[in-house]
Amino acid sequence: MKNFPISIRPFGVHAVLIEWPQEVNDRILNDILFFSAHLKKECLHEGLWELIPAYNSLTLVLRNDVIQFDTFKIQLEQWYSEKKAITLEQKYLWRLPVCYGSEFALDLIEVSEKLQKTPAEIIELHTENPYTVYGIGFLPGFMYLGGLPSLLEIPRRSSPRPKVLKGSVGLAGKQTGVYPQESPGGWNIIGNCSVPIFNPKNENPCLVKVGDKVQFYSISKAEYDLHKIESEVGIYQFEKIKIDA
Amino acid sequence: MKKLKSMLKVLKSGFFTTIQDTGRFGFRDKGVPISGIMDTETVYKLNMLLENESDAAVLEITMTGPTLEFEEATYIALGGAELSITLNNEPISNYKVLKVNAGDILSYGRLKKGFRAYLAIKKGFQSSLVLGSRSYYGNITPKALLKDKSEVPFIKTALFDPKITGLKVDSILDEELLHVAKGPEFELLDDKQLEMLFSQEFTIANENNRMAYQLNETITGHTFSMLTSATLPGTIQLTPAGKLIILMKDGQTTGGYPRILQLTDKGISILAQKKAGDTLSFKLM
Repeated sequence: MKNFPISIRPFGVHAVLIEWPQEVNDRILNDILFFSAHLKKECLHEGLWELIPAYNSLTLVLRNDVIQFDTFKIQLEQWYSEKKAITLEQKYLWRLPVCYGSEFALDLIEVSEKLQKTPAEIIELHTENPYTVYGIGFLPGFMYLGGLPSLLEIPRRSSPRPKVLKGSVGLAGKQTGVYPQESPGGWNIIGNCSVPIFNPKNENPCLVKVGDKVQFYSISKAEYDLHKIESEVGIYQFEKIKIDA
Repeated sequence: MKKLKSMLKVLKSGFFTTIQDTGRFGFRDKGVPISGIMDTETVYKLNMLLENESDAAVLEITMTGPTLEFEEATYIALGGAELSITLNNEPISNYKVLKVNAGDILSYGRLKKGFRAYLAIKKGFQSSLVLGSRSYYGNITPKALLKDKSEVPFIKTALFDPKITGLKVDSILDEELLHVAKGPEFELLDDKQLEMLFSQEFTIANENNRMAYQLNETITGHTFSMLTSATLPGTIQLTPAGKLIILMKDGQTTGGYPRILQLTDKGISILAQKKAGDTLSFKLM
């Protein structure tokens, strides 16, 4: 397996930051996930470490203890050079239903005017291809999605809304995403996803993991209401398709 | 049947009172912050006095304190910010093991120094665990803070013979110097920014809470663009406009601003005792 030039730097006394070349692509993300899986399986004591992948970086955090950086860096370089093509946790493509109806899509008209497309074209572009999950952060269950068609790039709203509805689907710059909770926010809202991928009551609170893919599909308000009720009573079945690592 | 859990009755909740323990570990890759006690230096001592497990849950009391009634006998220890506190109208002091009896009323008065006070209890508070921690964090726990007339469960303790009954503590409340390590994007800083960071005093902005502390003074900004990457409690971010944002225990787990400095654990505790208008300065380790 080809290795990338990586940099290893201290991040306080409890954490180490490993960085890959500053690019957004699936090859780099996959290499990070392979190394992360290798570290978890072969190298690091389970339960003591947290590994946080995002875009071109992997941060390792040691609970309750201080890292001896100089020796740990050498060790990490060694582990990286030895890393084998071990099997990654199964990746999935998650198909998430979004209602792009006017009740939720507060900014769809404005977005379509600015981008000089009809609302139907915006929805088609937004649902056309799967997005890669490059990181989960900002809020519990918030996915950083890569792969937005350049035709949908639009700046954030000039003034953020104090309250954005849970499930809101937004556009901002090169990014699209779903607000996992009600929160303030400045993204352009074009729809709402009725089924939460994050639920703190579950042992694994977040269905989606970094490296998975997400594809949205358009549903009616009636289907939205049905899925919402199904997910509230816990019988909603998420659509997922296995994908190769 | 013998009742296993007794209740601490929150008669008045104060400004912002929460339950916190050592935090939620293992879900940062899903965007869940660790949360937990802001001033760990203080709580470590209180749980030690009570001979508790180090992860025993405590009440974190911000700025103005609650009025509390104990349903059964137990032992408590108080510390952190200095407030006028009474137990059944008798003044009591921090860093001592205190016995409380059924019906006793603990009442917090005026804030004198610091910002966050802690109430530790023998065996820890027994509120429910969410993802392995009792720490309140509004985005995932049923409650974001304790309300008037709520209750917090604890296990009664009729008799406890502490090894140490009190501590003389070197208070961190007066400390204003925060030791910092270089953050991952430290090298981005130019001479002028370094000079501004390490030669002036900063004051705490009104925007300060368990997620982050902002500072009033700015340094020169930047146009550096980076990919979103992990952040930690104690990470100091620099915005393009030159604003400094110090992430705390409920802080977001990833961010897109350069991480120029990193506080020590002790620095996080010192900062947790600061309120709007208080001053601080940074010293590079």
